[in-house]
Amino acid sequence: MDTSLPEPRLSALYQELILDHYRRPRNKGALEGATHSVSLNNPLCGDEIDLQLRVDGAVIKDVRFVGRGCSISQASASMMTQLLKDRPVPQALALAERMSAMMQGDEAAAKDKTLGDLRALAGVSKFPVRIKCALLPWNALTDAVKT
Amino acid sequence: MLEAARLRADFPLLQRQENGRRLVYLDNAATTQKPEAVLAAIADYYRTTNANVHRGAYGLAIRATEAYEAARAKLAGFVNAWAPEGVVFTRGTTEAINLVAGSYGRANLRRGDSVVVTAMDHHSNLVPWQILCQEKGATLRMVEITEDGRIDLSDFGAALERRPKLVAFPYVSNALGTVNPVAQLVKLAHAVEAVVVVDGAQSTPHLKVDVQALDCDFYALSGHKMLAPMGSGALVAKPELLDAMPPYHGGGEMISRVFDDHSTYNKIPHKFEAGTPNVEAAVGLAAAIDYLETIGLERIAAHEQALAQAAIDQLTQIDGVTVYGPRGHRAGVVSFTYGDIHPHDIATILDQDGVCIRAGHHCTQPLMRRLNVPATARASFYLYNDLDDVAALAGSLVKAGALFGYVPA
Repeated sequence: MDTSLPEPRLSALYQELILDHYRRPRNKGALEGATHSVSLNNPLCGDEIDLQLRVDGAVIKDVRFVGRGCSISQASASMMTQLLKDRPVPQALALAERMSAMMQGDEAAAKDKTLGDLRALAGVSKFPVRIKCALLPWNALTDAVKT
Repeated sequence: MLEAARLRADFPLLQRQENGRRLVYLDNAATTQKPEAVLAAIADYYRTTNANVHRGAYGLAIRATEAYEAARAKLAGFVNAWAPEGVVFTRGTTEAINLVAGSYGRANLRRGDSVVVTAMDHHSNLVPWQILCQEKGATLRMVEITEDGRIDLSDFGAALERRPKLVAFPYVSNALGTVNPVAQLVKLAHAVEAVVVVDGAQSTPHLKVDVQALDCDFYALSGHKMLAPMGSGALVAKPELLDAMPPYHGGGEMISRVFDDHSTYNKIPHKFEAGTPNVEAAVGLAAAIDYLETIGLERIAAHEQALAQAAIDQLTQIDGVTVYGPRGHRAGVVSFTYGDIHPHDIATILDQDGVCIRAGHHCTQPLMRRLNVPATARASFYLYNDLDDVAALAGSLVKAGALFGYVPA
């Protein structure tokens, strides 16, 4: 068996940027003065996220997360927090929609610059069982702002 | 070792490719593949014998009933049950344990009583007892495990000091492969007059089981983990215990006489088999037992232990890999982690090479907390696996390390 060259779909899945966010997550830790918080987990594989937001006048002033799980769920959470700061809630929800579309294989969404680093996760759409990992933090976001 | 490559030819699914590679199926603790003989037995049952059992007065129904009861007798012999009527067919281990909790437990547990489980129990041998204890106001006591993943015998002894009504533990741990000293644990539990429930989901497929020698009171097993169809399984119990227990489900078949406001119940095991049973599952299970007995459980156990040992040897040579569970005697289950690469990522990467392993908590969340990991990767072997499969696992794992740029600390 050839074990020297990783399969292209795998290289696309595990890009350096994703591994970087996995190993050096941004905005990780508890948030002081959070106005919204939601804990979600994926009982199937044990991914966990605890998302905290400080929302002021329908704008996300700050966001942090605590969690553990696979590279996809943790990188997605880290990238998401980078993107959400100072963003109005409706815009954040629109991003969640774009992210979801990208996971469904929408190529326009995968090229949408508003998704920033998250575009590195486009390869997840080729691994259906992993989509829920990538969307876990986004589901936490939509739960949080809707409560 | 068994001639696994020759045995694989008996399993249609194992002829398939996965992602363009030979399928290397290493998730046998979750479920096993089915040999042609089992598939044929099921098809043959529907082609030649199908009718509702224990009801019809015509020849076809009599033959269906005979096939169903012959399967019961075969299973009774396979685990050396006390009697065929001590074998209640269920959907699997989970339903069998729920039957004990819902019938024996409900009838015999009182407020203030205690039930003992272990930190290595599968959720199916934990949650039914949690529900029962909550309902009855009883205490659930979880026995700790040792560092190398065995039941802590001194804590087990301490738990028995409260004279629990019931003690439950697995024969073989699904997450660690630990083979527990069942006969010894039963003796200790019986000394305080506790009733013992053994989760046999991971032992029955892989080693020679003799429930009379173990002397447990209830033994639960699943057919789908031993080459038989999903939805097959049984509770094996001491007949006098079953006899004294109230019914679990009400309905047809389990009754003797039905009046307007009450009923009398059928004899065991029928008292616990309400409704039309899964006859194809029983017939398939009987065919699976024939297949396993042709090879011999002792040889299967030795084969799997050799594979597990080879896997442990090869995996522990990879820098950063940690293997959990006891060294030495263990079943064919190898749980591991690899540096900071999450087990879920490992499973995805291995899948690209056609290597199927399980990643997750293995329905043992209390155990994962004690191992201080959120999840592990798990390879579990069966009679159709061989050293090539072990090599494929190790090779693919090296690839995962390269992909993640894993640098040993």
